[in-house]
Amino acid sequence: MKKIEAIIKPFKLDDLKAAMAELGVQGMTVTEVKGFGRQKGHTEVYRGAEYVVDFIPKVKVEIVVAAEMVDKVVSTIVASVKTGKIGDGKIFVLPIDSICRIRTGETDKEAI
Amino acid sequence: MNRSIAKKMCLPLTMAMVALAGTAMAAEGAAEIPAAAEITGAAVTYVVNNTWMLVATFLVFIMHLGFATLEAGLCRSKNTVNILFKNTAIVAIGLLTYAVIGFNLMYPGDFSIAGIFGFSGFGIGVSPENMMVTGDDGVGIYTYWTDFIFQAMFAATAATIVSGAVAERVKLHSFLIFSAIYVALVYPWVGSWKWGGGWLDAMGFYDFAGSTLVHSVGGWAALAGVILLGPRLGKYVGKTIKPIMGHSMPLATIGVFLLWLGWFGFNGGSVLSANPAAVSFVFVTTCLAAAAGIVGASSLSWIIQKKPDLSMALNGALAGLVGITAGADVVSVMSSVLIGLIAGFLVVVAVMVIDRLKLDDPVGAISVHLVCGVWGTLAVGIFSAAHSFTTQLIGVAAYGVTCFFAAFIIFYLLKVTLGIRVDAEEEMKGLDIGEHGMEAYAGFEINNV
Repeated sequence: MKKIEAIIKPFKLDDLKAAMAELGVQGMTVTEVKGFGRQKGHTEVYRGAEYVVDFIPKVKVEIVVAAEMVDKVVSTIVASVKTGKIGDGKIFVLPIDSICRIRTGETDKEAI
Repeated sequence: MNRSIAKKMCLPLTMAMVALAGTAMAAEGAAEIPAAAEITGAAVTYVVNNTWMLVATFLVFIMHLGFATLEAGLCRSKNTVNILFKNTAIVAIGLLTYAVIGFNLMYPGDFSIAGIFGFSGFGIGVSPENMMVTGDDGVGIYTYWTDFIFQAMFAATAATIVSGAVAERVKLHSFLIFSAIYVALVYPWVGSWKWGGGWLDAMGFYDFAGSTLVHSVGGWAALAGVILLGPRLGKYVGKTIKPIMGHSMPLATIGVFLLWLGWFGFNGGSVLSANPAAVSFVFVTTCLAAAAGIVGASSLSWIIQKKPDLSMALNGALAGLVGITAGADVVSVMSSVLIGLIAGFLVVVAVMVIDRLKLDDPVGAISVHLVCGVWGTLAVGIFSAAHSFTTQLIGVAAYGVTCFFAAFIIFYLLKVTLGIRVDAEEEMKGLDIGEHGMEAYAGFEINNV
């Protein structure tokens, strides 16, 4: 079992969700986040004074899948959200020790 | 609607209004309006005049909601309750103090120190035979009560202007004490110099609806407050200016449109009758100046900032309105556009200059009300041949010196006694929790549900 964390451009969320649904991914958790990477911030002006937007809004998508699904899911995410411009985001894959579905008490693979 | 039909429909309506008013007055025993059968032209004019003045009164009233939403929108959400509370309290302070002291200090009738100070006693009231206030032609223009309530609605405005400039860091109780003193004593006292028939009026100084008497009187106090308070934490770090963004542009926009709506009463009502030519002309100059203010501020901010700044466009509308207020009835249509346009440019420059002087004015109150109030007053001397620039300048200077020092002294005394600024921790947490123990948007964030 692996957790895939994808930090993506917010407006790409719908594309990602559609691609995941096609792939048969059962669920995901989405969070609005802010941060910066190599894209860094950019300068804006408010009431005549410049300011730097250090943290750029992004969306973090967390998807948990069986280990054998990981490569497929990651490549589908890349295909669905890539624009080729700086700021496209990153994907992290983490191991999952255990899962428990709260409603039924099912664990691990049955609970994905 | 076709005009002749409109006329046919209006006449019975006016008659019904007169009849209604007549009945009401008869019931009170004040029979100055005759029974419906004996209606004269003068009585109809009186009722129409008075009705318009009451409409103007509630238009000015809604400006307080405009100030409240504009200020709330341009500040951070953690200080929203505090801003709304101040604006609510100011209405109460303004109306009550004006009834007790203000009205008789601003319109004393006779001055005890020639042209400078007069006070005709505490409280308000009138005998039935003196109820009707008449214009130059002897026709009734409004009642004593209308006069009072219209002027009372203006009074609180001066303190509301200060509220925006000192927002997000001023101690609530000190601000309320300042407002009460300033609105009860300073505003009506200096107002009497012109509108009460004092020395500036005698000199020929002109301020139609209050570019100086209302807006820069508030603006000077805002400047004094901002100087004594200091900037919000994190606004000026080292040599850099860090903008602190307002939390709701929709609220700010609603506020500006409400203020503009109110200005129909502020300027239109300052005709002090329903004179068709004067009121409609004032509506035109007022709106054209506001429109030109938007164009001026938007275009300049677009050029300087590369992108058009909505908050500047909104300030531009107000700048145009404040600018035209002094001369709305005496400048030409073309001049009103120019006055508004220049006010729009001025407000953008003023916001940037004041910010660079490290005077932190979250909503741009000093730029809008003081800078454009001064501009509008001087503009009367430039664009109206009947008025002298020098006299206008003397008026501006007299109000500037008096109001700035009066406000500075009041704020200073409060600073050394009660303190005027909340502590740093409260400022960071927000005045909503610190001063009021409540939030503006409780339940809005998921962890508060």
